[in-house]
Amino acid sequence: MKKRYLVPFFYILFLLLPIYWLVAMSFKTTNEILGGFSLFPQQFTLENYREIFTDPTWYWGYINSILYVSINTVLSVAVALPAAYAFSRYRFLGDKHLFFWLLTNRMAPAAVFALPFFQLYSAVGLFDTHIAVALAHCLFNIPLAVWILEGFMGGVPKELDETAYVDGYSFSKFFAKIFLPTIKAGVGVTAFFCFMFSWVELLLAKTLTAVEAKPIAAVMTRTASSAGYELGLLAAAGTLTIIPGAIVIYFVRNYIAKGFALGRV
Amino acid sequence: MRTQNNKAWFLVLPVLLLVAFNGLIPIMTVVNYSVQETFGNNLFFWEGLGWFEQILRSDRFHAALGRQFLFTGMILAIEVPLGIAIALSMPKSGFWVPVCLVTMALPMLIPWNVVGSMWNIFTLPDIGLLGYFLNHTLGITYDMTQNPVAAWATVIVMDVWHWTSLVVLLSYAGLIAIPDAYYQAAKIDGANGWKVFRYIQLPKMKTVLTIAILLRFMDSFNIYTEPFTLTGGGPGNSTTLLSIDLVKIALGQFDLGPAAAMSLIYFAITLLVSWVFYTLMTKDDVK
Amino acid sequence: MAKITLSNLRHSYLADPKGPDDYALKEIDLDWDDGGAYALLGPSGCGKTTLLNIISGLLQPSEGQILFDDVDVTDLPPDQRNIAQVFQFPVIYDTMTVYDNLAFPLRNRGRDEVAVKRRVTAIAEMLELSDQLKVRAANLTPDNKQKISMGRGLVREEVNVVMFDEPLTVIDPHLKWKLRSKLKELQQRVNATMIYVTHDQTEALTFADQVVVMDDGMIVQIGTPVELFERPAHTFVGHFIGSPGMNLLPCDVADGAASFHGTTIPLEGPITRSGDKTEIGVRPEYVSVGASGVEGVVRKVADVGRHKVLEAIVGETRVSAIVGDAVPEPGEPVHLNFRQDRTRLYVDGWLATEPAGETP
Repeated sequence: MKKRYLVPFFYILFLLLPIYWLVAMSFKTTNEILGGFSLFPQQFTLENYREIFTDPTWYWGYINSILYVSINTVLSVAVALPAAYAFSRYRFLGDKHLFFWLLTNRMAPAAVFALPFFQLYSAVGLFDTHIAVALAHCLFNIPLAVWILEGFMGGVPKELDETAYVDGYSFSKFFAKIFLPTIKAGVGVTAFFCFMFSWVELLLAKTLTAVEAKPIAAVMTRTASSAGYELGLLAAAGTLTIIPGAIVIYFVRNYIAKGFALGRV
Repeated sequence: MRTQNNKAWFLVLPVLLLVAFNGLIPIMTVVNYSVQETFGNNLFFWEGLGWFEQILRSDRFHAALGRQFLFTGMILAIEVPLGIAIALSMPKSGFWVPVCLVTMALPMLIPWNVVGSMWNIFTLPDIGLLGYFLNHTLGITYDMTQNPVAAWATVIVMDVWHWTSLVVLLSYAGLIAIPDAYYQAAKIDGANGWKVFRYIQLPKMKTVLTIAILLRFMDSFNIYTEPFTLTGGGPGNSTTLLSIDLVKIALGQFDLGPAAAMSLIYFAITLLVSWVFYTLMTKDDVK
Repeated sequence: MAKITLSNLRHSYLADPKGPDDYALKEIDLDWDDGGAYALLGPSGCGKTTLLNIISGLLQPSEGQILFDDVDVTDLPPDQRNIAQVFQFPVIYDTMTVYDNLAFPLRNRGRDEVAVKRRVTAIAEMLELSDQLKVRAANLTPDNKQKISMGRGLVREEVNVVMFDEPLTVIDPHLKWKLRSKLKELQQRVNATMIYVTHDQTEALTFADQVVVMDDGMIVQIGTPVELFERPAHTFVGHFIGSPGMNLLPCDVADGAASFHGTTIPLEGPITRSGDKTEIGVRPEYVSVGASGVEGVVRKVADVGRHKVLEAIVGETRVSAIVGDAVPEPGEPVHLNFRQDRTRLYVDGWLATEPAGETP
């Protein structure tokens, strides 16, 4: 093994260390945690997980999160597809400015939108709903989705479109049956990124929800502050949030390096 | 070749509506608040640029802005070279490559508050793995809740842990796209490793590095959740970065006017610096 | 400049090669003379790039030796062998100027700037790039970029051999001939040994004094372009070179004579070997249409401008002939004659006759 492979080796070790600690703590009792330091759980317990799986506040937190993340991913990809197609294939009045404006939304500090979103979604009666968070996340996810998809679509030659029209396909049929399968890697990468950014975001998700659609992140932060130091419980909750991410990465593992280059390298 | 067709607007309409709803309306609200004064009961009075002046002169704002630039500067200075170095040292192909990439991507998929909580638990002085190791095994006094330097160090290391992989993955994608012939020619030309990096690898990674640096700049400049969950902005306000301060003013104090003015200034700075970065990095491109 | 000797060279890309099919290069023994212009010609996958990379040192051979002027260089890395290689697409250092690109190999070896300047200006003048020296290399057209690649190869005076791996692949067709002639001119001026790898026979035959034809990891024939055309040593050479390639007629051999569809075909001379697969080889240039001869049916006639190519079917075998003006129509019967001194027998692919009246 070459010596330089030590670098990624130690880096990965560094990455896994805090995760290990989180997982280890999730299997400890609060007494053990607060009582002193132990590298491995001395009194291995599943109590923390049991509580999460049986307490509705907890497990609904997960369900709520998955719900709005899924809604957002589907929505973002769905509206981004025709728009990306337009940017990739056509020139139209204001197209460059529109594209640029879309990208600037990605740059916006979420903190700037916290209060306005709170007021806006309350005003339209969507406060504390899954759809509110899903829509709010569109602000960042749609520009990203359009950008990534446009990059992938640029790689598909226009002759494909023209051949389909000559063959008599209507636009929607062509898009669904011919075009989409060609860029399905791009759709996968886009969906992955939308999922990722929506799943990890806390500020807006917390601001726009109260009880009904409270995401797991909010449940955790409220527990951390209010219920005192139930570290084991917190650790278990945290560990469980890593799982959806791990599953999603597994599905796109073959595209990761290429996908992060957003199809443009 | 793209054809001229204004009917393309129909394709773009859904995107436009959704982003405008979320992007334009709130910004308009913010602009509205930024130039008005309220004493409650929905009564507003024209304030002009008063809030902007107040913010721009406020020591609190300067302090937070300074902390933010320091944070972002340190982040870029560490994560970019580190990410490139890790990408350079990875194998070009083989079984381990996807394993490495998947593991490296994991920190980026953890909810940001969990990242903060994870590092909180990790660094507790007497019962956290790192905290215990530093305090009891190495004998260094380390308590993030007491010592601003410790708090800063922890926030920085946490972000390095969280996001360096983005730079790694992007750099790696750029690296493996370089054809072998370049390395072969360099061998024949007698170039050493450093020259290969400087004249072949780095230029060919320009596109991906531009994306990486822009993304890291934007996201670290706008960061909120992770440091807030980790330190709450403290001890005191030593780690109160710009977003944290803004949320305090907006959602905590409900000072609409100052919050709105600060929001606009904040957004403007992000846009401006991003634009400067982008122009600098792409100025040599011949199109 | 140096004489290059390849001795007992075999190469396999597999760690554990079992049989001949696992070897990319099967058995190479070859001498390249000092200052010669060589072409390495063969179809894709025949091993020519492998051979090139072994000579340059980018690849270590599984077995065998490489000698430069009788010195064993098999274990030396590329930058110590004084070789230069030009690749299929222009490989240049984008961020440097043309001048710096050309200076790069010299500066890496510690030459002083005065010497560098002298060499770079000389090479730039040879390549007609003198007015572009300050331009950023990335901004040049592909053909000029390839010139820079060539220049980097020639800028070192002590270069033994310059190798070209299909260098005209990305060049526009109308510029290919220009670059080709420039290459030939350079070869004659610099007097370095040059090896030009290609699958295009026109490139090979116009550039080289000697052509090495390869197929399937072996050297099939070495010779001047004329020799390869006139006297192919292997059916592969006969078929690969020439347009259209040599006719191969399956035949039977008995009593020292060859017969095709029952008719005895006179060969150039005595048969020198025997084997399983016997074929008569004769180039379309030496097949003529007449009143009598082997009978066939005309399949098609193609007009290529200067002459016409007639393709006839005899039984199941296609036979091509170069004809003048009087041509039969497709479907008509035709009689074909073969010029005796250019009609040969090939056994198991290899030439099996020698000219009559010559001593071996």
